[in-house]
Amino acid sequence: MPNTQHLKDLTIQARRDILRMVHKVNSGHPGGSLGCAEFFVTLYNKIMDRHDGFDMDGIGEDLFFLSNGHISPVYYSVLARAGYFPVEELNTFRLINSRLQGHPTTHEGLPGIRIASGSLGQGMSVAIGAAQAKKLNSDNHLIYSLHGDGELQEGQNWEAIMYASAKKVDNLISTVDLNGKQIDGATDDVLAMGDLKAKFEAFDWIVVEIKEGNDIEAILKGMAEAKSKTGQGKPVCVLLETIMGNGVDFMMHTHAWHGKAPNDEQLASALNQNSETLGDY
Amino acid sequence: MLMKTYTYTEKKDTRSGFGAGLAELGRTNQNVVALCADLVGSLKMDKFIEENPERFFQVGIAEANMMGIAAGLTIGGKIPFTGTFANFSTGRVYDQIRQSIAYSGKNVKICASHAGLTLGEDGATHQILEDIGLMKMLPGMVVINPCDYNQTKAATLAIAEHNGPVYLRFGRPSVPIFTPEDQKFEIGKAIKMTEGTDVTIVATGHLVWEALEASKALHEQGVSAEVINIHTIKPLDEEAILASIAKTGCIVTAEEHNYLGGLGESVSRVLALKHPTPQEFVATNDTFGESGTPAQLMDKYELNSAAIIKKAKAVIARK
Repeated sequence: MPNTQHLKDLTIQARRDILRMVHKVNSGHPGGSLGCAEFFVTLYNKIMDRHDGFDMDGIGEDLFFLSNGHISPVYYSVLARAGYFPVEELNTFRLINSRLQGHPTTHEGLPGIRIASGSLGQGMSVAIGAAQAKKLNSDNHLIYSLHGDGELQEGQNWEAIMYASAKKVDNLISTVDLNGKQIDGATDDVLAMGDLKAKFEAFDWIVVEIKEGNDIEAILKGMAEAKSKTGQGKPVCVLLETIMGNGVDFMMHTHAWHGKAPNDEQLASALNQNSETLGDY
Repeated sequence: MLMKTYTYTEKKDTRSGFGAGLAELGRTNQNVVALCADLVGSLKMDKFIEENPERFFQVGIAEANMMGIAAGLTIGGKIPFTGTFANFSTGRVYDQIRQSIAYSGKNVKICASHAGLTLGEDGATHQILEDIGLMKMLPGMVVINPCDYNQTKAATLAIAEHNGPVYLRFGRPSVPIFTPEDQKFEIGKAIKMTEGTDVTIVATGHLVWEALEASKALHEQGVSAEVINIHTIKPLDEEAILASIAKTGCIVTAEEHNYLGGLGESVSRVLALKHPTPQEFVATNDTFGESGTPAQLMDKYELNSAAIIKKAKAVIARK
């Protein structure tokens, strides 16, 4: 099991991967990717019980579904560095004939990906289906999913949230990335969603809050708590408070870098703030 | 010249064929699971549910969620069959099907009842005439529209054996049962119902029986019609169509669907590419439906044997 320092090293390396990937093709979504780097690194390297290699059905292991597919850069970096595909392949992000499409897909057969996402609001339903398949298969492993906070404006989420508690899908941990931002600005300005904790609890979910969503220790503690609350007849929601653009000073606390790549100077500055740890691809 | 004729002793709804097929799958294939959005009775899913309660998921009136859950259930080896009306199986959830099922290559069977005008009195909100077009445009999606109870049951069994997304379209009204109970269903393989030399009639779904009725009447008038039952619109059995028009030199397509996006357009493409041939369409004319009895609607919108006869004569005149 990797120690915390290794997780920190992986996080910094993931930041470098994200920045270099989007810079190279001058497109992609660095802001949300950077905000979730600690979460992805911790989830894949410490929290999930995973098999080596990739099998679509994932029997006997924990599975993860990314609903807000636009943060593919962090997903690809963490998958590659967890051994699902060669790290060098990050070089092909968003290029023609690549398995690393702008938004994640199963279509090109990239190991680690189990569903296409990008059109928002669909991932929780898929995660619920996978969780119910686990129950049918008497497989005690868990399903994890990640959703943007702005994404919760999509109505399908609320169909899924209602269903998961009604049908006691208690092998599901759905995390919401609470960075408070979406393309057009602050979520509170675009379409305020009010008290999400109260909303999930009103839908009869167990809610775990991680206030320091960019702190690896806090994530470890919060996700361990979430895990301990599975199997109690209710789905578990983690409200993960993150800082969009975390780790790059000029990208932090703004939605400006939601879907914008840094130029050469900006990249140099961003990389300077995150010195190579495990080796660039 | 002798013509093969079809008779029937019983009428049944095609949705009951689906229900019977699903019940049989429940007994023979442990991976088959079913989902429904509050229309269990309308989809005739009761038997499957009674016999396999642990493999049935009632999702409530939430079709988008149902499609996503179905996609997720495939991860772990399940073969989900979703059930709701055709309108709510397609247009309402198009993006969910597109991304989570078709693009993701998931083995989901989208089973859609009450397709077309023949659900009758509920009117246009429920009478989808665009679903074949919507679904055939999705890469990798198989689109099937069987013609009677037996064929719908056989198709339901067959699609469980096909690995990939399928749209299975059927209906509400009682219609003649005229295909053999033991006829194996081969996806993408058209069935020649009658031999003919003057005109080819390619029909799908409820229009197959109407085409047979039309061919009888045409025979009495000295016109020899070859009727082809195209239960699978995608992939289309191009060979069967081309072989028939090589003899007849003209074709009528017949479907309970808009001419835009339907079977007729798929056939047109084949003809344009391989063998330009006069074609006439029996289909709705870019319109919504309305309330009425199924028979009244099929008459008003010209989706019956009389309409097929008229179009057959018109297309023969164009040769």
